[in-house]
Amino acid sequence: MSRKYHVTTTVNGDEYEYLCEPQQTLLDALRDALMLTGTKEGCATGDCGACTVMVDDTMICSCLMLAVEADGKKIETIEGMAQGEELHPLQRNFLELNGSQCGICTPGILIAARALLDRNPDPTETEVRYWLAGNLCRCTGYDKIIRSVLAAGKEMRGA
Amino acid sequence: MSTILDKSGFNPDKKLKIVGSSPVKHDGIDKVTGRAKFGADLFLPGMLIGKILRSPHPHAIIRSIDTTAAESLPGVKAVVTRVDFPELPKGSVAGDMSRNAMAREKALYDGHPVAAVAATSESIAKQALKLIKVDYEALPHVIDPIDAMKPAAPILHDHIRTKGVKDAAEKKTNVVERLELKMGDVEAGFAQADVIVEHEYDTKPMHQGYIEPQGCVATCTEDGQVELWCCTQGPWVFRDRLTEILKIESSKIRVTQSELGGGFGGKTGFYAEPIAVLLARKSKRPVKIVLTRGEVFRGTGPVSGTRSRIKMGVTRDGKITAADADLVFQTGAFTGSMFFNAPQAMFTRYDLKNVKTVSYEVVSNRPKVNSFRAPCVPQVVFGVEGVVNELAQKIGMDPLDLRIKNAATEGYKTIYGETFGPIGFLETLIAAKNCDHYKSPVPKGQGRGVAAGFWFNRGGETTGTLNIATDGSVTIILGTTDVAGSRISISMMAAEELGIPVDKVRAVMADTHALGWNRITAGSRTTYSSGMVIIDSARKAITEVCRRAALIWGVPEEGVVFEDGYCRPASSNVGEFPPLSIAEIAGKTTLTLGAIAGHSEMNVTGAGPGFGVHIVDVDVDQELGRVDIKRYTVVEDAGKAIHRLQVEGQYQGGAVQGIGWALNEEYVYGEDGRLQNPSFLDYRMPVASDVPMIDTEIVEVPNPRHPYGLRGVGEVPVTPTMAAIANAIGAVIGVRPRSLPMSPPKILKLIEEARAAR
Amino acid sequence: MNSLRYEAPSSLGDAIALLAGASGTSRILAGGTDIIVQMETDLIEPDLLIDIKKIPELRGIAIENGAFKVGAGVTGMELTDHEAFCKAWPGVVDGVKLIGSMQIKGRATMGGNLCNASPAADSVPALIAARAIARIAGSNGTRDVPVENIPIGPGKTSLDKGEIIVSFLFPSRPAHSGDAYLRMTPRTEMDIAVVGVGVNITLDAGGICTAARVSLGAVAPTPLLVAEAGAALMGSRLDAPALDKLAQAAGAACRPIDDKRGTKEYRVKVAEVLAKRTALLALERARQNT
Repeated sequence: MSRKYHVTTTVNGDEYEYLCEPQQTLLDALRDALMLTGTKEGCATGDCGACTVMVDDTMICSCLMLAVEADGKKIETIEGMAQGEELHPLQRNFLELNGSQCGICTPGILIAARALLDRNPDPTETEVRYWLAGNLCRCTGYDKIIRSVLAAGKEMRGA
Repeated sequence: MSTILDKSGFNPDKKLKIVGSSPVKHDGIDKVTGRAKFGADLFLPGMLIGKILRSPHPHAIIRSIDTTAAESLPGVKAVVTRVDFPELPKGSVAGDMSRNAMAREKALYDGHPVAAVAATSESIAKQALKLIKVDYEALPHVIDPIDAMKPAAPILHDHIRTKGVKDAAEKKTNVVERLELKMGDVEAGFAQADVIVEHEYDTKPMHQGYIEPQGCVATCTEDGQVELWCCTQGPWVFRDRLTEILKIESSKIRVTQSELGGGFGGKTGFYAEPIAVLLARKSKRPVKIVLTRGEVFRGTGPVSGTRSRIKMGVTRDGKITAADADLVFQTGAFTGSMFFNAPQAMFTRYDLKNVKTVSYEVVSNRPKVNSFRAPCVPQVVFGVEGVVNELAQKIGMDPLDLRIKNAATEGYKTIYGETFGPIGFLETLIAAKNCDHYKSPVPKGQGRGVAAGFWFNRGGETTGTLNIATDGSVTIILGTTDVAGSRISISMMAAEELGIPVDKVRAVMADTHALGWNRITAGSRTTYSSGMVIIDSARKAITEVCRRAALIWGVPEEGVVFEDGYCRPASSNVGEFPPLSIAEIAGKTTLTLGAIAGHSEMNVTGAGPGFGVHIVDVDVDQELGRVDIKRYTVVEDAGKAIHRLQVEGQYQGGAVQGIGWALNEEYVYGEDGRLQNPSFLDYRMPVASDVPMIDTEIVEVPNPRHPYGLRGVGEVPVTPTMAAIANAIGAVIGVRPRSLPMSPPKILKLIEEARAAR
Repeated sequence: MNSLRYEAPSSLGDAIALLAGASGTSRILAGGTDIIVQMETDLIEPDLLIDIKKIPELRGIAIENGAFKVGAGVTGMELTDHEAFCKAWPGVVDGVKLIGSMQIKGRATMGGNLCNASPAADSVPALIAARAIARIAGSNGTRDVPVENIPIGPGKTSLDKGEIIVSFLFPSRPAHSGDAYLRMTPRTEMDIAVVGVGVNITLDAGGICTAARVSLGAVAPTPLLVAEAGAALMGSRLDAPALDKLAQAAGAACRPIDDKRGTKEYRVKVAEVLAKRTALLALERARQNT
């Protein structure tokens, strides 16, 4: 049996524990140990953003953080974005404006977009594009993604 | 008896309530919450992790494989090698498929699977791979297809003799096929021309770049029942292929499709799936295999690279008189590139009578190619639309005007034998000419390019079922994978037929036990073909609904009509009965007369071709060679846009894929024949900051063969992209690039050469 | 069996002791944006990973007498969010901003970027141009080393076994100083630099350049400090002739390779073009900085 580490962590407000091997990433732990499969693996090398999550209020690629590092941290994934039945304005705008086609990049993009709007509630199109440069999408050509984010921002500002 | 294929019932004047709008798609909520389950998202009790050992050699004889050490590693539950695959003749379709799944006599590309293990954890599986000893005898390799055609080239397959060549030499070759396609008399045609343009072009292999790596979970019971969960563009095709290469009866295999995280043609063939099935059979436990991104690049099916020589002639007053091309396509280690699409499509949109094409398919030590949108076509349209542009320049004609003057219209007989019904190329060109982008002046320092494209759009073998529940709500069972949007569009068509809100219709993506055979989701056929069978199913269900209304009212069947979701008496002569809704009829009769349903199995025909015109403005940093896309418009004929936002999304997605293909995407091989850039870091797909908004204009010239007039839209948007961008770059730097990708060093070189030539 | 061990010491002393006492391969884990990728792609198989993120000396940005001290474990986001640092050293921030995506910057550190020793590391040319010093701690005590002396080859640093970079020390900024970093990549983001240029200048009240440092990345086995390029700007107003000399010196200093990211020939041309553009950006900032 290989060496394992015991981790206690908070995900979307709930406390979880798991055992992990030292080389396993937070992405592995979320998906395989906790079965939170909303966070996706697209490349495992930090180049596609499909695995984006929030850790202690910072946006990161969960494939580039070790599972063992999550001990004592606060993690937020796509599964925690809606509040009960109430979707986040970003989720709603993605639905209405068709910002999601196949859906594989969508969780990472939603987490990233929320991080942007929390920090900068009124971004320009360019600012949105550069913020999301780490999230690859192959289906949409980004157009409706950007429009959905801008529309959600507008709604959240009450503008 | 006439069917929907003979009589679609298309009525251009019918007021549509749902078709043509943009309701929130039903699968959307799972996608924005992370609930949607893709290939890698299934977990089963006792599941093992499978990992594949791949050849590091581009070409090698596999002398022996020793798996004893791997098998005895604690935690390893099964090991699979070539001996576990049934023997199939070399050069047969099944034989090639089997050998692509796992190498048999030889490893034919860097990344070719040679063995696999299933273990209780990923780290144990990875360790086990290291313990497998493979004795390779490395052979000389050949990568470039032109090199592979040379007489002294290393030969991949002893059995290949060039098809389509009379008295093909008994010598071994890498040239799989020579295909000649012609019509009219090109010599006479060129003699009529006042201006002739001829150039050579080359394009590099690239990859579909779907963000979801292939993932699957296979189980196998003690009595041989196989279940395979996987992302796929063709559950039935996967099932059939498993039957062919593993010799397992089809009804013992259930393939269940997950959500598809992008395919674009690349998931029409399987990779790890047969291996997962064999590991599951050997271990008697579920086995999950998810490819890493590196494996996706090295071991799945990239897109063909090409060489072409294209020549076209035009009269001074703008009539294109002849077109001639020589094309070479690389198919990777095994045949199957669908290269015949290229000569059939490359010139097809122009009213040409004199065309000659000679195409070659060549094997070389690269992974076997798979389709991308419009397989093998965008790479050669890259050249064709450059030549057309230059013809226009040389006779002083506006590039769109030249295309308008030569646009094929209804009645044109194509080089592949089909005669066009109503088509919208002319309308699309005119719409492009009148659009805001084209009418606005080119910003200072930038360059504008236009290009046109075509795709056949396919029909094909499709099945589907429509079930009406006791409360009148409806489920449709679909056999085609949803590649983003078809599911809602088909639900909308069902709702329109039944006169009910679209929210009362839910689509289920079927597994292979639930429906008859469906061809792959490809060819821009899905919304068209699955739409056709579901509409057919809906009409059959409506017939039954009316029959039951007649029974309820005690009137003859002809006395009942169906309108806007209600059965009504055909006239006051029939009787005065308040209308009955589908829900009421279902509620009243299901328990006594049984379920109301319709189903349909057909080889769908009548798919109408699609045409697109792209307009792009670019900026070029002339000191660095960097190209910046400033403005992009896609004008394309959708026949009828069932769901407008979805159709726009297809146009935009295709355009940006083409931007990546045009500017930076390519497979880079070293001298050692190994892929150097198997990652998203160095395989450079466009990121959000690389592209502007993509404007779209949906032209609607209906295809009357379809009840709502729709045409497929998935593939046309990639076909003209690289050509339009190249034409725009040419407008800035004075020389039109002829090699893809148009990366900064190559553009800088062209700029310097142009400067030196002045 | 997998022998990897993970440790997260909370003191510098513990970290040094772990490093010095380790047999086999050990690596520092800061942001992990290089290390974890290398482990995932089987390029390295360390026996020990030492997570330095709990060590206070490696975190935090301090100002002492107008001179910044930046913990080697400060993340890209933390640095680029620090207003005062961005004002003083916009060129260093230019470089840090280009280390991958926003997600990467949430974890990546200058210490990691430097010690990974990629010839194309984006934060390094501006650090060199800025005259940044790396403060190193080890079992033999502390020493200060100019950043340009840390990388000695691709993937290799001059650090001894048991040494960790603790912080980066920046000199205080005279008036009329400005720095900039530009790089050439095919895409707008997410690429490794084909060429990177860092320029740091100081002008006198009359607009004449009194100090200049130029550093090139991705054109040699390590990032280069190009003395001749800096000399070309000294005593000038960064006018066209001076910029031509700068470009020439930059091009001449390149010892690039052909690889999938760029050919030798292309890199030299780009170095010449970017050197000028970067110098002009630094000049603009120097003029605004009174």
